[in-house]
Amino acid sequence: MQADLATRIVRDPRYQELKSKRTRFGWWLALSMMVVYYGFVLLVAFNKPFLATRLGTGVTTIGMPIGLGIIIFTVAITAIYVRRANGEFDALTEQIAKGALE
Amino acid sequence: MSTPRPTRRSVAALALLACAGTAWAAGGDLGQAVKQPINWTAISMFAAFVVGTLFITKWAAAKTKSASDFYNTAGGGITGFQNGMAIAGDYMSAASFLGISAAVMVGGFDGLIYSIGFLVGWPVVTFLLAERLRNLGKFTFADVAAFRFAQTPVRVFAASGTLVVVAFYLIAQMVGAGQLIKLLFGLEYWIAVVIVGALMMVYVLFGGMTATTWVQIIKACLLLCGATFMAFMVLYSFGFSTEAMFAKAVEIKTGIAALAGKSPDDAARQGFSIMGPGGFIKDPISAISFGMALMFGTAGLPHILMRFFTVPNAKEARKSVLWATVWIGYFYILTFIIGFGAITFVLANPQFLDGAGGLLGGGNMAAIHLAKAVGGNVFLGFISAVAFATILAVVAGLTLSGASAVSHDLYATVWKKGKADGASELRVSKITTIALGIIAVVLGIVFEKQNIAFMVSLAFAIAASANFPVLLMSVLWKDCTTRGAVIGGFLGLASSVLLTFVSPAVWEQTLGNPKGSALFPYASPALFSMTIGFVGIWLFSILDKSPRAAQDRAGFEAQQVRSETGIGALGASGH
Repeated sequence: MQADLATRIVRDPRYQELKSKRTRFGWWLALSMMVVYYGFVLLVAFNKPFLATRLGTGVTTIGMPIGLGIIIFTVAITAIYVRRANGEFDALTEQIAKGALE
Repeated sequence: MSTPRPTRRSVAALALLACAGTAWAAGGDLGQAVKQPINWTAISMFAAFVVGTLFITKWAAAKTKSASDFYNTAGGGITGFQNGMAIAGDYMSAASFLGISAAVMVGGFDGLIYSIGFLVGWPVVTFLLAERLRNLGKFTFADVAAFRFAQTPVRVFAASGTLVVVAFYLIAQMVGAGQLIKLLFGLEYWIAVVIVGALMMVYVLFGGMTATTWVQIIKACLLLCGATFMAFMVLYSFGFSTEAMFAKAVEIKTGIAALAGKSPDDAARQGFSIMGPGGFIKDPISAISFGMALMFGTAGLPHILMRFFTVPNAKEARKSVLWATVWIGYFYILTFIIGFGAITFVLANPQFLDGAGGLLGGGNMAAIHLAKAVGGNVFLGFISAVAFATILAVVAGLTLSGASAVSHDLYATVWKKGKADGASELRVSKITTIALGIIAVVLGIVFEKQNIAFMVSLAFAIAASANFPVLLMSVLWKDCTTRGAVIGGFLGLASSVLLTFVSPAVWEQTLGNPKGSALFPYASPALFSMTIGFVGIWLFSILDKSPRAAQDRAGFEAQQVRSETGIGALGASGH
């Protein structure tokens, strides 16, 4: 890529907007995934009896819905990112590309 | 060895269940060594499958003409959905399917810790790396890591990281394949491993990336269907009540513990222990370290990273991770049910056990036995064939990424300074494929007794400590320099390998040193080696005042423009 093209893109406020929006969004989501996952790991590490608490009278423990919940959360959070990135962020990228290549 | 004939075709699920309930009570039967006679139905299914995949390879071989075809699928002409399936296929390896279902069978909830850990890396890959990789890379992750750095040192590092991770990952697949073939055909373990190694070489040498991708996609569909059927049958037999399934599993585990001479109270406690985290992760440091390895390892697996270069643009790259995450998440829910199904149908049925009460064919065969229990010989053949194809395809994908690291990064870029012609590059990757095949066979024999999900977790730890820090820092941190990336990366690589080597799993269980002699007491090195890797990159980057460092930092802006927007990379896969 020619250096001047890169410089032109960097000067485009839309590029700065894209960069900061996406970076912030990405890190927030990554952080929430880490909080959920390491919350689980810390429970495994420090409070095993909690995860083995029975729900009601049967043998099913609270760990089971928590585990399933994390799996669903993981898929959902990925879907949220991909949805926004493929819509909003890609539209912005397209504008930037159009502006730069004119 | 005398052999009671295995029961005729699938017995009704409920009947089996009843028999499972009483089997442990009739403990005397467990004393007999049960060896399966050759199972022709299963073997013909199996053979049909292998022949089918070889045909795909032959078809793909006709299309593989250049080095680019060899590594890259049809020049980026693959959709997000297809690529997502292929990624899921790569990820739903023998370790995931056989290893996790076996881990659930042994430890119940502990197996779920694996599944969750293997899954949570995906969002991190999606948010921080996937599209940036797509925008910067071409063939290997080194293209990305070395984008603005001095090519030679970074590529030497990336190739080393790739090869070490590939080697550990290969071990797990070879062990799974060896045990499967041994069980099905009654062959010696080492012969089984040699056969797998040879078949894998055929796939990779003749089919390249196109063949492995298609085998991967087809196999992913079949594996998902097969696992769905198994989980459905298990749930069906419990009237779709997971509570009933868990209760039965606890009852059987309690019975086994009682049979082993535990007091009723202890037995009940041991039986119930499968419903919560147990002995697998003993101390908090192991838990956190292991969790880090699984979460960040995904983002450093060379054969997975490679898949982001096979789609045409960032949009498709994102779609492919989403599809991969959906299918992998679904699959892990299935393996959990399959693991519990294995407790209720397999563990208590002497037909599947050897004299010592262990599983026939080794601990990793839980899902295979369950297939027979719920679907008879035909389904056993189907699942064995799919599991075997899984292993072959994953092994082929791994070998390909290893081979491209050597031919593309070391040979073409470092050795020939980018002036290698396609033909000689292709030749080097083929020679590497053969070398990797031989190494995989040897290591597969050495590590026969390990749980394969655990072996893979070691590969993840190394990927998380070496490849991931370098990749992340080079893409996101302006001040990262060549020197910092290479020194930090090698420190992460060396520390993770060293700590793995002196950990209990390798030092004691594999190398046979006395218990308690391992220098590193934790289950995974990632907490330490990842820290060493990141701190190393940071420290040696900020201390780096060389002219090269100035050049590296100056290159960040242009790299960032391309990684964020894809401008300059549009259609890069057209090579």
